[in-house]
Amino acid sequence: MSILSVRDLHVDYRTQAGPIPAVRGVSFDIEKGEVLGLAGESGCGKSTIASAILRLLPPGTEVTGQVLLNGEDVLRMKPGRLRAVRWTGASIVFQGAMHALNPVQRVGDQIAEAIIIHGQGGEREARVRVGALLEQVGLPPRRIDDYPHELSGGQKQRVMIAMALACSPSLVIADEPTTALDVMVQAQVLKLLNDLQHELGLAMLFITHDLSVLVEVSDRLAIMYAGRIVEDGPAQDVFEDPAHPYSRALAGAFPAIGDQQYRMAPAGLGGDPPYPTDIPSGCSFHPRCPLAFEDCLTIDPELYVAGSGRRAACLLVNRPLPVEAGA
Amino acid sequence: MRRYFLGKVLQAFLTLVFVLLFNFVLFRVMPGDPATLLLRGTSNFNPDTVEQVRADLGLDKPLPQQFLTYVADTATLNFGESFFLRGRPAREVIVDRIGPTLLLVGTSTIVSAIVGLIIGIYGGWRRGSAFDVGSLGFTLFVYAMPEFWFGMLVLMAFGAGVGPFPALFPTGGYDTPAADLTGFAHAIDVLNHMVMPFFVLTVAYLGEYAIIMRSSLLDILGDDFVQTARAKGVREKQVLWQHAVPNALLPTLTLTLLSLGYVFSGAITVEWVFSWPGLGWLTVQAVEAKDFALLQGLFLLFSVAVIVANVVADLLYAYLDPRVRAA
Amino acid sequence: MRPPPIEPPIVAPPVIVEEAPPPVPPGGPGKIAWARRRRSLSRSWRVYRKNVMGMAGLLTLILFIAVALFAPLLADREALKVTCECNGPPLSPPSIDFPFGTDNYGRSVLALTIWGSRISLLVGLLATSVAMLIGAVIGLVAGYFGRWSETLLMRITDWFLVIPFLPLAIVLASVLGGGLFVIIMVIGVTSWPSTARIVRAQVLSVKTRPYVERGRALGATNWHTMTRHILPNVGPLIFANTILTVAIAILSETTLSFLGLGDPLSISWGTILEFAFGGGAMGGGQWWWIIPPGLAIVFVVLAFTMCGFALDEILNPRLRER
Repeated sequence: MSILSVRDLHVDYRTQAGPIPAVRGVSFDIEKGEVLGLAGESGCGKSTIASAILRLLPPGTEVTGQVLLNGEDVLRMKPGRLRAVRWTGASIVFQGAMHALNPVQRVGDQIAEAIIIHGQGGEREARVRVGALLEQVGLPPRRIDDYPHELSGGQKQRVMIAMALACSPSLVIADEPTTALDVMVQAQVLKLLNDLQHELGLAMLFITHDLSVLVEVSDRLAIMYAGRIVEDGPAQDVFEDPAHPYSRALAGAFPAIGDQQYRMAPAGLGGDPPYPTDIPSGCSFHPRCPLAFEDCLTIDPELYVAGSGRRAACLLVNRPLPVEAGA
Repeated sequence: MRRYFLGKVLQAFLTLVFVLLFNFVLFRVMPGDPATLLLRGTSNFNPDTVEQVRADLGLDKPLPQQFLTYVADTATLNFGESFFLRGRPAREVIVDRIGPTLLLVGTSTIVSAIVGLIIGIYGGWRRGSAFDVGSLGFTLFVYAMPEFWFGMLVLMAFGAGVGPFPALFPTGGYDTPAADLTGFAHAIDVLNHMVMPFFVLTVAYLGEYAIIMRSSLLDILGDDFVQTARAKGVREKQVLWQHAVPNALLPTLTLTLLSLGYVFSGAITVEWVFSWPGLGWLTVQAVEAKDFALLQGLFLLFSVAVIVANVVADLLYAYLDPRVRAA
Repeated sequence: MRPPPIEPPIVAPPVIVEEAPPPVPPGGPGKIAWARRRRSLSRSWRVYRKNVMGMAGLLTLILFIAVALFAPLLADREALKVTCECNGPPLSPPSIDFPFGTDNYGRSVLALTIWGSRISLLVGLLATSVAMLIGAVIGLVAGYFGRWSETLLMRITDWFLVIPFLPLAIVLASVLGGGLFVIIMVIGVTSWPSTARIVRAQVLSVKTRPYVERGRALGATNWHTMTRHILPNVGPLIFANTILTVAIAILSETTLSFLGLGDPLSISWGTILEFAFGGGAMGGGQWWWIIPPGLAIVFVVLAFTMCGFALDEILNPRLRER
C-alpha cells in the first residue's frame, strides 16, 4: 500500500468573482521511503496540493477526488480524526521559514505543542524529545528557549524541519523549503533534508520551482502546468531527456555547460502561465509551446506512456495509449 | 532594553517640554494678551485695569523671565487663579473634578475595551458570518456617530422619558444633592446617576476597539504560523486563542493603554450633556467663561496623562513582545 | 506595529551613459506616463466598482453632496431666519408642512438640516485640504531630504500625534475666538500628523526604487524627482487618507460647534444640535429636532469611512489578497 495516494484531485477556490480551479485532476502515489519531486511555475497549483493533503485550504474551497493517506481518505475524515492524522500521518515543512513560526512563542514550545497534543508525551518528555530533535537537525539544544526572531533564516528552517519530524510522520511534505534562503544555507538545508530522509526512510513530497534542486533529492519527478501533471517519471530521466515541451523549457532554464544541444534550443519560455479561470482550449500549454500544431488547439492530451515508467501529456508523444487515472 | 527604556522616557520628556512651550506661547503671546482676554467683555475693561492685570500676571517682565516663572509655577502645580470660580486656585478646582471623571471614563474605557476586543475577535474569526457583518455594521455606525448626540438621545429616552420609553434614570449630575446620602446608599445613588453616561461612553468607544481588533486578527490569520498550527493538529479554538489572539492583541493592547491616557479628556461633551461634574464638563465651563488659567491647567493635565500613557504603553509592548524585548 | 520583514537589499541598476537614449515615442514621455496612469486609474475603478461597501459609501456621498449643492432648490434660505413668516408654530412635531417638525423658533428642521449640510461638508473638506497640504509637505520634505529636517519634522509630528486632539482644538478655538475660518484652520492644523507619517513612509520606499535612483544618477533635480516620480506615486495614498480624514474633520466640526466654538451665524449640523441641547429638546421630548441632524452626520461620516476602507483595500495589496 502506498503511503500517499492522490486520485483525481480537483481544487476550486471560491472567490467573489466565481470559482477558481487551481488543481484540475491530479493523481500520483508515493511509496514508503520514496521522494516525489513536484515542480512547476508559481501559480501552477503545487502548493495547493500540499495544503489539500492535510485539508488546510480556506473554508469554502471545493475539493473533490481522493487523498488516501496510509489508505485512509483524508477528504472524508471527521474533524477529530483529521486533527489526529495531521502531523502524525503527514507533516509539512512550510515555505519561507520567515513567518511559519509563531513570533511570540519559544521555538521549543512550538515543537513540543505537536508532541503534547498528539499524546506522545507530557511536558517533560516533550522537552527531552525537542532537545533531541534539535540536535538531529544540527541545532544546539540550548536554542530550545529562543524566540524565532533570535534565529537566522536557516536556523528557523531547521526548527521547522525538527517540528515536522516531531511526531514521526510517515510522510513529510516539503513546500519550497529552501526558498528565501541564501544559496549556501539552501545547500545546507537541502543536505540535511536529504540525510534525514535516508536515515529515517521517510516518504517525502518535495515541492519547488527549482528543478535542479529536485533532481538531486527526488526519486521520481512530476511536472505541473496549469493545475495538472504534464509529465512524470524517474527523476534523472525526466530531467535529462524531458518528453513534454514544457518540461524541456523548465530543464532548459538550468543549462548544462558546454552542451551543444542547450546552445541551440531556445532557453526559457515566452509568455506567462494562464490564469486559472482562463485556461486555453485543447492543450493548456499550446499558446506557449514552440512545437504546437493544429490538433493542440482542440485535443486536450491525457498522460500517455512515454518510456519505461514515464508518462507525458503531449500529443507528440506518439504512443497514444491513454493511461487511466488510478491505474 | 535599558536603552529602549531610556529612549522612550527621553522622548516623553521632550514632548512635555513642547507642551510647556506651546502652553506658554499660546496663552501669553498670541492674540493680544491674557489680560485683555480676561477682561474683554466685562465692565472692568479699560486701559488701567488691563495694566493692573498685566502686572499681576507678570506680563510686564521680559519673555524669558516669564517662561522661567511659568515653568517654576507649573512644576509646583500652580496654575494661577480660576477666573469664573472667583479666585479659587485652578489646581484645587481641577483636583475636585478628577474623581468623578476617573470613575466614569475609567470604567467605561475598560468595559468598552473588553467588549470591543471580544466582538472584534469573534467577528474576525468568523469573517463574513452574520455575526461579523452585523457587528461590523454596528461598530461602524457607533464609530461614526458623535457621542454627545447619542447621549442626547439616551437622555431623552431614559432620562426624560419620551413616548414608549420610561424615565428610568436621573437626567444628570453626580448624586442627589438634597438627599444627603452617605455610605452605601450614596454609592448606589452615584451609580444610578452614572448608568446613562456610562452606557453612552461604553457604546461610543466600542467601535474603535472592535474594528482594530478585527483587522489586526485578520492580518494575523493570514500569517503562515497560523497555518502551521492548524497543520500540527491544533484545535481551531486553540489556534485562535493560543496562536492568533496573542499576536493580534499586541497592537490592540497598546491602543487600549493609549486610550487610558485619554481618560481625563475623553468625555468632554458627554459629561456636559449629563452634567457630570468631571474634568470634561469643567473644560466646557472654562471655555464658556473664557477662564484661561483653568483651561491652561486642564490642557496640561490632559497632555501629561497622554504622554505618561504613551510611555507605559511602549514599555508594556516591549515587555510583551519578545522581538522588542530583545532589542 | 510588527517589525518590517527583512527585504533583500536593493541593488541599484547599472546606468549605461554611453548608450543612446531610446527614441522618444510620439507624444513624449509625459503623455505615456499619463496614459499609464489613466489605465491604472480605470483599473482601480473597475476593482472599486465591485466593492459593495465602497459603492454604498460613494452613492451616499453623492446624494449628500447633491443636497448641499442644490440646497437653494430644496429649501428657501429665508426658512433659516428666526423671523421668517414661513415659520410654523414652535416645537411642533413632524407634519405635512414640516416633515421634520420645527425648532423653538418654529423653523423647519428639514430646512436647517439641508442648509446645514453645506457648512458641515464645506468645513470638513476645507479643513481636510489644510491638513493634507501640511501633512503632505511635511511628509515629503522629511522623507525626501532626511537628516536633521526629518528628525525635527518627525518630532513635531509625534508631538501633534500625542497631544489629545479635542482639547487642543478646543483650546486653540477658544483662544482664537471661534468662527468658521478659525474652525477650519484649527481642525486642519490638528489633524495632519497621520498623513505626514504615511506620506513619509511611502516616500522612503519610493525613493529607493530603481527608476528614481536612475533619474537622479542622470542628474534630475530634486524638484523634478519630487514632482515627477515621488508625488505621483504617493498621490493615491494621500487620496485614500484624505477620505478618512474628512470623516474625522466633519465629526470635529460637529463637536466644536456643539461646544459653541463654531460660527453662530452659519448653520451646521453641529450648531443645530447645540441649539437643540440649549433649547432643552431632550427634556421636552422633541426627538425630531435631535435625530435628523445627528443621522445626517452619521451617514456622511459612515459614507466617507466606507469609501476610505474600500480605497484602502484597493491600494493595499496585502488586504486585497484575502
